[in-house]
Amino acid sequence: MSEGNGDLVSVAAGASTDGSDAPEGTPLLAVDHLRVLFPIKAGTVVNRKVGYVHAVDDVSFALREGETLGIVGESGCGKTTLIRALVRLVDATDGTIQFRGTDITHANRKDLQPIRREMQMVFQDPQASLNPRKRVNQIIATPLRIRGVPKDRFETETRGLLDKVGLHAEHLNRFPHEFSGGQRQRIGIARALAVEPKLILLDEPVSALDVSIQAQVINLLDELQDDLHLSYVFVAHDLGVVRHVSDRIIVMYLGKLVEISPAEELYTKPIHPYTSALLGAIPIPDPNENRARERRMVTGEPPNPINPPTGCRFHTRCPFATEICKTAEPPLTEYANGHLAACHHPQHVTASEVVNAVRSDASPLTAGDDRPVT
Amino acid sequence: MSVDARTPPTDGGHLLEVEGLKVSFRTEDGVVRAVDGVSFAIEPGEVVAIVGESGSGKSVTAMTLMGLTRSPNASFEGRAMFDGRDLVSATDDQLRKVRGAGIAMVFQDPMSSLDPVHRIGKQIVEQIRVHDKSVSKAQALDRAAELMERVGIPRARERLRSYPHEFSGGMRQRVMIAMALSNQPKLLIADEPTTALDVTIQAQILDELRQLRGETGAAIILVTHDLGVVADIADRIVVMYAGRVVEQGTLDEIFYDPQHPYTWGLLGSITRIDRDRSQRLPAIPGLPPSLLRPPEGCHFRPRCPHAFDRCTQVPELKARLADAPDHLDRCWIEPERKRSLRVVGDQIGLASEQAVVS
Repeated sequence: MSEGNGDLVSVAAGASTDGSDAPEGTPLLAVDHLRVLFPIKAGTVVNRKVGYVHAVDDVSFALREGETLGIVGESGCGKTTLIRALVRLVDATDGTIQFRGTDITHANRKDLQPIRREMQMVFQDPQASLNPRKRVNQIIATPLRIRGVPKDRFETETRGLLDKVGLHAEHLNRFPHEFSGGQRQRIGIARALAVEPKLILLDEPVSALDVSIQAQVINLLDELQDDLHLSYVFVAHDLGVVRHVSDRIIVMYLGKLVEISPAEELYTKPIHPYTSALLGAIPIPDPNENRARERRMVTGEPPNPINPPTGCRFHTRCPFATEICKTAEPPLTEYANGHLAACHHPQHVTASEVVNAVRSDASPLTAGDDRPVT
Repeated sequence: MSVDARTPPTDGGHLLEVEGLKVSFRTEDGVVRAVDGVSFAIEPGEVVAIVGESGSGKSVTAMTLMGLTRSPNASFEGRAMFDGRDLVSATDDQLRKVRGAGIAMVFQDPMSSLDPVHRIGKQIVEQIRVHDKSVSKAQALDRAAELMERVGIPRARERLRSYPHEFSGGMRQRVMIAMALSNQPKLLIADEPTTALDVTIQAQILDELRQLRGETGAAIILVTHDLGVVADIADRIVVMYAGRVVEQGTLDEIFYDPQHPYTWGLLGSITRIDRDRSQRLPAIPGLPPSLLRPPEGCHFRPRCPHAFDRCTQVPELKARLADAPDHLDRCWIEPERKRSLRVVGDQIGLASEQAVVS
């Protein structure tokens, strides 16, 4: 797995592999100023648009081959909408999404088909994402057909896939309801693997599972990544899980990317006050460390994404907020180690780090040029 | 609540003493033994966490104390003494008096536990007046406003007129806590109270519960699967697995000297924000057993890499450590041997050399 370094968008990925015509160094996935707004309509006869839910508001990042990128944030921060937009389950309002250098933002169904074969999704609720009237072998046969596997190979392929995700051949003829939650999630993963994808987008894949089963599925994802050289985008609200699986982590708040950092560094050196707040809110399952820890609690609740606050969206809850935070949207500032944060008052950074920091191209278009102050 | 004159208060001064509680449900496929001999005691003012995974019987245990599992296909054994009265054999009328006034409950999903068609204020007033008819509506409304303010709901007086859907999840859970507190219960049962909430809101609610315990002296039973929440708030822990208590002890005993392999597995399975990323988590192999046909002997045996022939007999829940008389567990392995068995890498976990297949 690659370690996070270099800048965000233009970074050189590991040597790109098989079958891509993209020039070397193209990231697997590049997201540029992506916005997803949902219109709010009123009126029964004439559908007037009365406003927008700012679900994803000007987010840019790149994913390298073989990397696991975690996305964290609270409910309503736009993390699920973001990855749904990546696989084109919802349409982008603005901005572009490139897969291996190909712009897929407005690609039609036909053009998307080969790309969807390389990009698969695993959903949070394995019960709802498997057709209850189909047997496991039927569920897995559909993607196999799409991949062009000859019919007489289906059974061997399906067995191989089940084996890969830790299920057995005897499970082939069963229905989804005959499995436990953890096993169902394994079926969801087997189905995603059936088309031999390069990238798997995981939307809260373990949130619905018990801890002991969670650990099994996380270990499975880890093994599969090593064996099949997969890249993951891993969305979760559980920062412990995200830390365990990710190389780099994006923190989102109310539709905005507020921080992106190498995984370890995010936990030892959170720059954005919201990241500190999130980390501080998580109880550590160790009584002594929990007692020793100084915890700063954020007050209040996330504001309404229909009418987000001006300036920095976190300013209504931020203990460090000043006048500038209310008026000017902070740009994404790039510190050392490929660690970026959008904050006027960065935490855990020295004065010289601030001096050396530069405004990132990934900054929202509406953000100003303000330098962070310490 | 008045103590029933015929039965003396339980000796030893326990607030609640559960003894040999068994709950089973008849289903088409057979009898499900959801709770299979659970015993524990709660002292006044303490926070006890019941920890376990789905199907461990933790919620059934908690709900049985409130009489919420009574149904034609359910059968009960054992006792649960609260304030001199056995909650298991109490009549529905007797239980109604205990509910809300003696023991109150906060559920996981605050949306489905509030009535969507009535204003919040009305619902709290109703709860107050059900248990104390002498309170007038106006007085009860004042109480409701006070309670809502106390659990951190801003502009409480105005918000009494709001409907549940006008509140966020965190605010709804605060309303539930306000309702639970309305008749000054001695025991608050909170079933996964923060599971549906975001972490920053979870931290606020836990803080609220902690303060309330300090102010009212009410004991809290916290039913949860989240060991982080447990470490944050509990004094003692009861670990349940497949309908049985497998271990119980103080917070530090369970975290730093766990005696049951299932507890090791639970502790090893947690991903933590303060730990470096290790290659693999020492997960528990396999799946929990079906409660229709639980395995013979120790219920954890089929998943336990340390199981040996004696494990086909059920180990008794008892103290096995000389220096910790209140640290109980159900495991046949010698405590001395456990010290080395439970270390995986540099942490406590379940060793996996004899992985069991599901």
